[in-house]
Amino acid sequence: MSNALYGPVPNVAEQAGYQDPPPRMGFFTDTSVCIGCKACEVACKEWNLVPDDGGPLTGMSYDNTGALGANTWRHVAFIEQQVPARQAVDLGMPGIGAPGAQTAAEPGQDADIRWLMASDVCKHCTHAACLDVCPTGALFRTEFGTVVVQEDICNGCGYCVVACPYGVIDQRKDDGRVFKCTLCYDRIGDGLEPACAKACPTDSIQYGELDVLRARADARLAELRADGEAGARLYGNDPDDGVGGTGAFFLLLDEPEVYGLPPDPVVTTRNLPQIWQRTAMAAGALVVLGVASFLGRRS
Amino acid sequence: MAECHPVGFQWVMEAKARGAKIVHVDPRFTRTSAMADVHVPIRAGSDIAFLGALVNHILTRALDFREYVVAYTNAAAIVTEDFQDTEELDGLFSGFDPESNSYSAHTWRYEGAEAAAAAGQRDPSQTGAEEMAAAGKAAREGGQPETAGSGGPSVPGKPERDETLQHPRCVYQILKRHFARYTPEMVEQVCGISREQFAEVADILTTNSGRERTAAFCYAVGWTQHSVGVQNIRTAAILQQLLGNMGRPGGGIMALRGHASIQGSTDIPTLYNLLPGYIPMPHAHQHQDLESFVAADAGTTGYWGNMAAYTVSLLKSYWGDAASADNDFCFDYLPRLTGDHSTYPTVLAQLEGTCKGYFVVGENPAVGSANGKMQRLGMANLEWLVVRDFTMIESATFWKDGPEIETGELRTEDIGTEVFFLPAASHVEKDGSFTNTQRMLQWHYKAVEPPGDCQSELKFYHELGKRIRAKLAGSNDERDRPVLDLTWDYPEHGPDREPSAEAVLREINGTGPDGAALSSYTALADDGSTACGCWIYCGVFADELNQAARRKPGREQSWVAPEWGWAWPSNRRILYNRASADPDGRPWSERKAYVWWDADAGTWTGHDVPDFVADRPPDYVPPDGARGPDAIGGQDAFIMQSDGKAWLYAPIGLADGPLPTHYEPPESILENPLYGTQHSPARGRIVHPANPLNPDQSEVYPYVFTSYRLTEHHTAGGMTRTLPYLSELQPEMFCEVSPRLAAERGLVNGGWATIVTNRTAIEARVLVTERVRTLRVGDRKVEQVGLPYHWGVNGITVGDSSNDLVHVTLDPNSHIQGKVGTCDIRPGRRPTGPALLEYVEGYRRRAGIASEA
Repeated sequence: MSNALYGPVPNVAEQAGYQDPPPRMGFFTDTSVCIGCKACEVACKEWNLVPDDGGPLTGMSYDNTGALGANTWRHVAFIEQQVPARQAVDLGMPGIGAPGAQTAAEPGQDADIRWLMASDVCKHCTHAACLDVCPTGALFRTEFGTVVVQEDICNGCGYCVVACPYGVIDQRKDDGRVFKCTLCYDRIGDGLEPACAKACPTDSIQYGELDVLRARADARLAELRADGEAGARLYGNDPDDGVGGTGAFFLLLDEPEVYGLPPDPVVTTRNLPQIWQRTAMAAGALVVLGVASFLGRRS
Repeated sequence: MAECHPVGFQWVMEAKARGAKIVHVDPRFTRTSAMADVHVPIRAGSDIAFLGALVNHILTRALDFREYVVAYTNAAAIVTEDFQDTEELDGLFSGFDPESNSYSAHTWRYEGAEAAAAAGQRDPSQTGAEEMAAAGKAAREGGQPETAGSGGPSVPGKPERDETLQHPRCVYQILKRHFARYTPEMVEQVCGISREQFAEVADILTTNSGRERTAAFCYAVGWTQHSVGVQNIRTAAILQQLLGNMGRPGGGIMALRGHASIQGSTDIPTLYNLLPGYIPMPHAHQHQDLESFVAADAGTTGYWGNMAAYTVSLLKSYWGDAASADNDFCFDYLPRLTGDHSTYPTVLAQLEGTCKGYFVVGENPAVGSANGKMQRLGMANLEWLVVRDFTMIESATFWKDGPEIETGELRTEDIGTEVFFLPAASHVEKDGSFTNTQRMLQWHYKAVEPPGDCQSELKFYHELGKRIRAKLAGSNDERDRPVLDLTWDYPEHGPDREPSAEAVLREINGTGPDGAALSSYTALADDGSTACGCWIYCGVFADELNQAARRKPGREQSWVAPEWGWAWPSNRRILYNRASADPDGRPWSERKAYVWWDADAGTWTGHDVPDFVADRPPDYVPPDGARGPDAIGGQDAFIMQSDGKAWLYAPIGLADGPLPTHYEPPESILENPLYGTQHSPARGRIVHPANPLNPDQSEVYPYVFTSYRLTEHHTAGGMTRTLPYLSELQPEMFCEVSPRLAAERGLVNGGWATIVTNRTAIEARVLVTERVRTLRVGDRKVEQVGLPYHWGVNGITVGDSSNDLVHVTLDPNSHIQGKVGTCDIRPGRRPTGPALLEYVEGYRRRAGIASEA
């Protein structure tokens, strides 16, 4: 299935009507080097003047902002996992008893701990349902291929909120309008990198031309796989996926669900042409039926 | 490191990307552990047992870098017959005086190095035999051990050596015997680390050291906050010496400081016992004049032999034309030590009423110092208190909202302390420099004007000095001369008449007879012709340029990046880098080449500024009786040491023994499995009713607790709890416990817990997490409670201060408090008001401590 609302798009800005647009820009978030410092969350709020909305301690590891929302445009997830104990290499140290019989595992000690950290953000989809359903034109595609809300146009209808397959875009309470990551549209136009990427100390968040980032991500994935990181995978890099690939994509170390990401997101407007087609057919059939009923009466 | 120094941790991540193995040893599983190849959970306070076993592992398997060890360390030095080790005295070294709980270092000395003792000691109290008993005490009270910040304390002459390392009294053999009982089995018994994991760490460390590879130790100041803090670091230093990891690229021991420029604040010290450049503060009774002060060093070997030049130049920078040879360069103007004036004894003096005024600057002792109650009671007993900070921190408001007001121990109307709060400018609101752990100065420029009445420290103190001088103007009183004669003429600029920070940097750099900026401390003279505010910083303003402000990108220069900022001394990026070459001056390997001897040119050269006498050939043997730098042999890589060697064994200079020894923390759940001596015998005890310790192995206090920091907050919280964007990231005080402890005590994730010690009880939200491991220590299971220490009563996010639980017991060398204790933990919130006192009193009774309250 392929139509303007689904499937690979070679040049998303051009499709949106820009002539000779600059290269598509995006984020590659490599969660394998994220240290969970949350500098991205703070830098984002500082630059974009996003209000704080802190609540009490969540009790969910070190995550106290919970999820992406109108007031959280970067969100760092903290996932504590028990993983099978890594076998320390036996170096033939002097010990007592037969090899391997020295330490019976404690309950809770036969497992190692893994602490996954990942900075989530708006995906800037190739097929952005939020944009497609926006009735006011508040959401628009930029020349960089990113998706931005204009807060002075948004009327707070909320269609985009239910349209987003990731649950990213969100209405601000006591305001009604929707807010989300702009990929720092006001910075990248001036050749600056977005605030979060600028603040990231370990280059977990990388900003650049999407093609370059995708190639870099492939190389990084191969490196991690070679190091035995079997669970490593890319998320959102595939132009053939349900949203036509994302402008912000990720390297994960486990299933997307572990990070609170949908495993197989599909743009909610994918079936819009068929829906209209079938609606038209149904309407046509109704018309035919109606006409037929009158015809029947005559007979 | 990722937790407290996330920006610096990027370099660890880069190293990891290039194949480095990362081992993280920490009681808790942090953001660093998450990135490490190996995380080793350890019982808080058992570091020396773990590191000592690594030393033993290396020695018993002869895995040490022998050529390096023989040439560059004091392994071959022979120690006098009088020395007795902990092996013989069940945990004590010879020279211990049980009356004063202190050591005399006399018996620890090198053999053959006694002859010159009378002239060659930096601490005269450690010279004559009759004074030996008082030496440890004097070292402690005078704070002398800290003066070794740039090179060690000096030993007279050169010791006898056995380069085969076979002599039973050579340092190598003493080391072997001392650490023999530090086995992997003992590590299991003491630290709760399995033999398998120990073996893995030992293997990673030793296989990554040698000619081709180097390993580095990084520690944050948590390692220093123990009654054996200095010895913790010493054990790491022994490992790095044995493995040949000092003075070489990729090696070393990195102290990650508590906050920005703490390195700078010891170089240009805010410490009571130091002058700039680690020149000791003179003592009232020992140092009557410049000659007797400098005599302690003038005769010694190594670069400290030039102390007269450094000191005279410092006095010239302080007092300018008023300082001349006729008046001892105003040496008498310097304040004098009469005892231990460090932080905690000062608090005791406040409680006694002898300390009446207090400046609290960029610090929040009511939250950030151990035993917050003692701090607040002390401040409540002052006549005046000046607090300079960004916001109204707890140390400025304790008199109206401190925990003691709540319990009724203090009443606002009874507190006579007059509190002055003065708003301070932040680092982006002023020019200045940061000195990082690499001793590198990086200049920063003012980005915005300070808001409102906020002032830079520079402006404040300059103004304070001007006003005091105006009040004293015309005085004929001798005692006012030191203030009136000060060079206090810094140029001012801007509408607020801000003093020029660069002018201060230039003064620190120093000037020569022609008034031009000096380029190296080797140009300093002892005749008053040069002035220099801090000899180790000499060169930071070379060529009349602010060298610290250089920002040449790394890609435009060599990998050592000498043109980024400026590092003391003389822009060296790695200290003692002579050790990066073998004794003959050739790099140990091509891969690790750093500096080397160019025989044709007759000079040392390489990627960095060589840390050696530039034209001294590797085969140079100093003549007998040589002094100062002339006495440095061609293979004496550790040029600040008077014997030119790195010290595996410290024959002098430490208050608690020449070798690291495992003692249990002052509060412990265990009996010391290694020795009959339970605690560090020389630990600094602070005896006060507000500082009662928990008894050891008490059933009332069955758990270990330790305090720490989170990425989201900064130290005592004054800079972060007031900021909404940071407060929302860690919005409440919490404790971290293992699932097993949670089950044992009925603690619920997200619920409340009360944590109790003999000092007080605090409440915190609970995080139940597998990241806190139940340790198997011997045949028992040990639970540790983790406590961030950022909270207090002010700010957007408020909570109890975990430092209120921490007892004050000090490392005898550095006077730093510990951060390990024992506690009980119970579900639910703590009692409030006077009921809290009754609650804690109940615990004290059950623990068998009679309260004096």
